[in-house]
Amino acid sequence: MVMDLQMQNEASGRAAVDSSKQEPKPATPRIAIPVDDTRQVRALSAKAVVDNLNFYYGQHRALKDLTIPIADKQVTALIGPSGCGKSTFLRCFNRMHDLQPDTRYEGSITLHPDNLNLVGAGVDPIEVRMRIGMVFQKPNPFPKSIFENVAYGLRLRGVRNRVTLAEEVEKALRGAALWDEVKDRLQNSALALSGGQMQRLCIARALATTPEILLFDEPTSALDPIATAKIEELISILRDQVTVLIVTHNMQQAARVSDYTAFMYLGELIEFDETTKIFTNPSKKATEDYITGRYG
Amino acid sequence: MRAANIASYNNASALRAGLSRRKMFDQIFVIVGLTVMLMCLIVLAILFADLVRDGAPRFGWDFFTNFASRHAERAGILAAWVGTSLVMLVTAVCAVPVGVAAAIYLEEYAPKNWFTAIIEINVTNLAGVPSIVYGLLALGLFVYQFDLGQSIAAAGLTLALLILPIVIVATREAIRSVPNSIREAAYGLGATRWEVTKDHVLPYSTGGVLTGMILGLSRAIGETAPIITIGALSFIAFLPQSPITSEFPFISFKWLHDPFTVMPIQMFNWVSRPDQAFQANAAAAGAILLAMTLLMNGFAIWIRYRFRKKINW
Repeated sequence: MVMDLQMQNEASGRAAVDSSKQEPKPATPRIAIPVDDTRQVRALSAKAVVDNLNFYYGQHRALKDLTIPIADKQVTALIGPSGCGKSTFLRCFNRMHDLQPDTRYEGSITLHPDNLNLVGAGVDPIEVRMRIGMVFQKPNPFPKSIFENVAYGLRLRGVRNRVTLAEEVEKALRGAALWDEVKDRLQNSALALSGGQMQRLCIARALATTPEILLFDEPTSALDPIATAKIEELISILRDQVTVLIVTHNMQQAARVSDYTAFMYLGELIEFDETTKIFTNPSKKATEDYITGRYG
Repeated sequence: MRAANIASYNNASALRAGLSRRKMFDQIFVIVGLTVMLMCLIVLAILFADLVRDGAPRFGWDFFTNFASRHAERAGILAAWVGTSLVMLVTAVCAVPVGVAAAIYLEEYAPKNWFTAIIEINVTNLAGVPSIVYGLLALGLFVYQFDLGQSIAAAGLTLALLILPIVIVATREAIRSVPNSIREAAYGLGATRWEVTKDHVLPYSTGGVLTGMILGLSRAIGETAPIITIGALSFIAFLPQSPITSEFPFISFKWLHDPFTVMPIQMFNWVSRPDQAFQANAAAAGAILLAMTLLMNGFAIWIRYRFRKKINW
């Protein structure tokens, strides 16, 4: 294990007192994050806790003993060189790996407040995917109308009422800062949108079903700088409504949008800390080397 | 000086000489390809023109509304084209759902193991089985075992078996062309496999599926051997019972059990007669059959074009 996380449940005295004082929601446990002797103990309110997660493609162990808390209503960035397992890790959260044969999880990702182990054997991956949204690297709208793209998740949940659908679609499109651009052409094909608009449509599609965690897998790597800026701005706004986990290759992006950053290398977690700390004063040599561009 | 340390193969005149030689191969390929393609088209055009010329005196309303006759000038293709249409209907209704379902299973559901590998190889091989073999199988199975007799149902099922591999292969091709990112998007929202298939994969591959269906039917429409094997009549002077009746429930399936003939058999029958006058009938029927096939293929191309225009990855 790379680092030592001290998990404190409501049962353990001090943390419980803390959380009841500061947070109105006692359901999410407070997790102490690692500190060195120069800093105060800080705690984050965890939406999910990854504990000793291992992931295997057949015999290949792609993720090694990952332990990391995911802060509630905050943005957590996953950085690291290509092939370090960031995307693999992200895809564990919505069980995308279950679509491939011969994959296996060990350990746990506990989703709070209901203590559901996302990678548990008895947990239906479809339920997990209905609760945890994902935005992919390349914008992948369905070749249907803009409206139908956003409404699809609701339709899967059995929503048939036209008024409800229209309201929720509008809400999601507003949430993704796309409403004003498309409100007059909701019935047009989504494929007529620009790349940046498509990606925001995909965000709206995920938002429409009010996910508990929203996963972003390098959401701007196929976009130009202006579209990228809009997506980044959107992610900073989304932080108030939803827990965000974002994989990015772009250091500046991680620094700009995230509150916490995890640096991964060769399937292992090297360092996890507040983003400002990681980018200004990382405690591991490897992190510093990667951030300053010495490798990766 | 730049010229001093530049390799001999890399100076401007050498580059130009090499390039024009390389482009020559490009041109040669264009000429060869165009010639071969034109030759195929010309042969088809000559064949069609020849049939039309020979059959010209027979074209007319009567030719379509008359039954076969001992008198060449009174003989028509009524029984044949009605038979062909009904057999094609049965073939399409049987082959398409089964073929599409099989393709969906193989592409979206089946685990990749030795068992599915064997199935895949067999499906591809089935496309190459001579049609007469299907005829023999159908004679034993449909005509005698299932006691369907020499009926439209037996012929439709036989041809359905024959084109099943074509439908499966074309549908799989179409399904495979749906990008994986679309499947991931739908799965990511919590869709089940069936929902992904029904809401996305199938609708987006409809063009390809329909094209495969029509290519299969174009093959089936010209098949003679298996139909002869199961014992289609070659001289027939009545129509199958009408599928629409005047009494409740207005739809009848009795025609499925009626004897029939089809266009290629009618042609074969006329060609084999010694009387020269019947050769014109055969030519006219041939031209019509060819026109039917071309029409179906044209329809397939139109469908594919329409769907491609709508969906553009």
